[in-house]
Order: sequence, then C-alpha cells, then structure tokens
Amino acid sequence: MSISDMILPLFIGIIIFSGLYRGIPIFDTFLKGAKEGLSNAFSILPSIIGLYTAVCMLRASGAIDLICHGLSFLTDKIGFPSEVLPLALLRPVSGGASVAVLSDVLKTFGPDSFPGKVASVIAGSTETTFYTMTVYFAATRVKDTRYTLKSALLADLAGILFGAVAVRLLL
Amino acid sequence: MLNAIWAFMIIIAVITGFITGNLSLVAKAVIEGASDGVTLVLGMLGVMCFWTGIMEIAEKGGVMRFISSLLRPVTKLLFKNLNKNEPAMGAIVMNMAANLLGMGNAATPLGLRAMQLLDEKNGGRKKASHEMCMFVLINTASIQLIPTTVILLRQNMGSASPGEIILPVWLVSVAALLVGVLSIKLFRKAEKK
Repeated sequence: MSISDMILPLFIGIIIFSGLYRGIPIFDTFLKGAKEGLSNAFSILPSIIGLYTAVCMLRASGAIDLICHGLSFLTDKIGFPSEVLPLALLRPVSGGASVAVLSDVLKTFGPDSFPGKVASVIAGSTETTFYTMTVYFAATRVKDTRYTLKSALLADLAGILFGAVAVRLLL
Repeated sequence: MLNAIWAFMIIIAVITGFITGNLSLVAKAVIEGASDGVTLVLGMLGVMCFWTGIMEIAEKGGVMRFISSLLRPVTKLLFKNLNKNEPAMGAIVMNMAANLLGMGNAATPLGLRAMQLLDEKNGGRKKASHEMCMFVLINTASIQLIPTTVILLRQNMGSASPGEIILPVWLVSVAALLVGVLSIKLFRKAEKK
C-alpha cells in the first residue's frame, strides 16, 4: 500500500472523528454540503459540455496535433511532452476548459502515459490565474494591480515546467 | 475572454477540418463530445457531492480552524506588515485553509472579504498594496491537499493508480508558489528603484 492510497481515507477519518468530538450532527452537516456539491455540478454542466465539445472538435479536425507537432521542436529540447501544450495554454484562463482538455489528453493518450501523468500533475498544481485575479481585484477599488499578473504567470510557468520534471523523477 | 476563446476553438476546428478533409470526423465529434461532456460531469457527480459533504464537516467540525492555526507562521512570513490580530489576517488565514482543503465554495467569499479589508487598509487607493498582490498570487497558485477532480478524472479514464499524482502535485505547487513569491519580492524591489 502506497502513501497516496492512505492519504484519502485517513483524511476523511480525521475529519469525521473531529466532527464527532465537536458534537456536530455529522450526517446532517454532510447532507448540507453534499447538496451544495450537487447544485455546483449541475451549474458547471453546460459550460463543460460546450468546452468539451469544442476540444473534441479541435482534436478530430487534426488542429491539436498540428499545433503540438508544430511546437514540438521547442518542447522536445527540454523534455516536455508537446501533447500537454493545449492544457498549459488554457489552464490559466479557464477551469472548465482545463477539465475539458485534461479529459481529452487522458482519453487520447491514457491516464498512465507520460503526457497523461504530466497533464494530471499540471492540472492539479496550478489555478485559473486570470479568473482569480479578476474576481479578487473586482472586490476592491484598485485599478493598478502592479506586478501581480507577472508573478502569477511566472508561477504558472514554473508549475508547468516542474510538472514534467516531477513526473520524470518521481513516477 | 472565454467568449473569444470558445468561438476561436470551434472556428479553427471547422477550418482545419475543411483543409485536412476531416470534416466528417468533426461532425462526429460534435455529437460524441456533447454526450461525453454529460458523462464527464455525471461521472464526477457522486464524488463531488460526497467530497463537499465531507468538507462541510471539516468546516463545522474544526479541522479547517486547526489547519488555519498551522498556517499562521507561514502567513506571518508572507504578510510582514499585517498584525496577527487584524481581521484581514484572520480572513487570509481562513481563505488559505479553505483552499488547502479544496473548498472553493468557502474560499472565495473569505478571499473577497480579505481583499475588501486590505482595500480599506490601503485607503481605497488605485494602486494595489503589496499585501494584496501577495494574497492574490497565493490564490492563483493552487495548494491543495487532495486534488479531487484530477484523481477522479484519472480513475474514470481507467488509471491503474489514480492517486499517485498526489505527491508530485504537492511538490510542484509548493515549488511554483515559491517561484511566485520570490518573483513578487524581486519585482517589488525593482519597482522601488
């Protein structure tokens, strides 16, 4: 049994135990949260359908392969799988698009292939930078966000490059 | 932005399909993609529900508070100009704990609250304070204990070991955040000159 297999059940166990210890109504609390999850899932349904269909169309037309092959001379040099480029490009822009592109990579190349693993790690360790920045600064009176975008995009780039390195070294 | 990107994706697909003679495959992809999109979300539905339910217990049962208390030393380092008893600091720490637990629903309102408090402290100036930049940066870097969506997608696509990406995800997200924090400090220094 690996550490990763133990994390999830232990984590859930600790949460339930602490809830019992605090004396909260465990199952009622669970239901309240689960209902929120349900309405969330339904609210993202239309955007996932729209985005996933667009990605499938791009894949079927051959455009994704063309772009990836076209840029592979750049990515090959640093040992980055060019198949993951569409994810790397869309990740900072849209969460829904990332789910769509990640699913496409996992389906096309397999979740346990090198591109599949790299795509998984990148999707798990980066965020929708543009969206987050827009929403957070919209809550303030700030107009000049200074170096925030530069730094956030640098962090994304680092996450994308480190993702490939980490998969090579660890998996 | 997504309006333009989505339209662009479809136009490119149609034009490329026309040139490469793959239009019939594109037509097939429209039908298959749309129904697979439903399968995709339905495949996540159960775990999403279960997970948000568990996270509600984590929030009410004190695990979130415990994690935010563990984060205090880190936030003290990142936000040197904020007093630890300030309300903004409280909202920041809770937001980070919620993000760590992957509770997007709870994290966003806490984060917006923190931004408003920082805005007041900044006197409503047009120029963002360094603390605001730092806080938004942290929120654009996803540090998550369990990347649920990714694990779930891997499982649904038949991975032999869906969860094996957890350790690399931790290392990569921390490393990426460090790059972000380091760069933000350097940019700030460059700006002062």
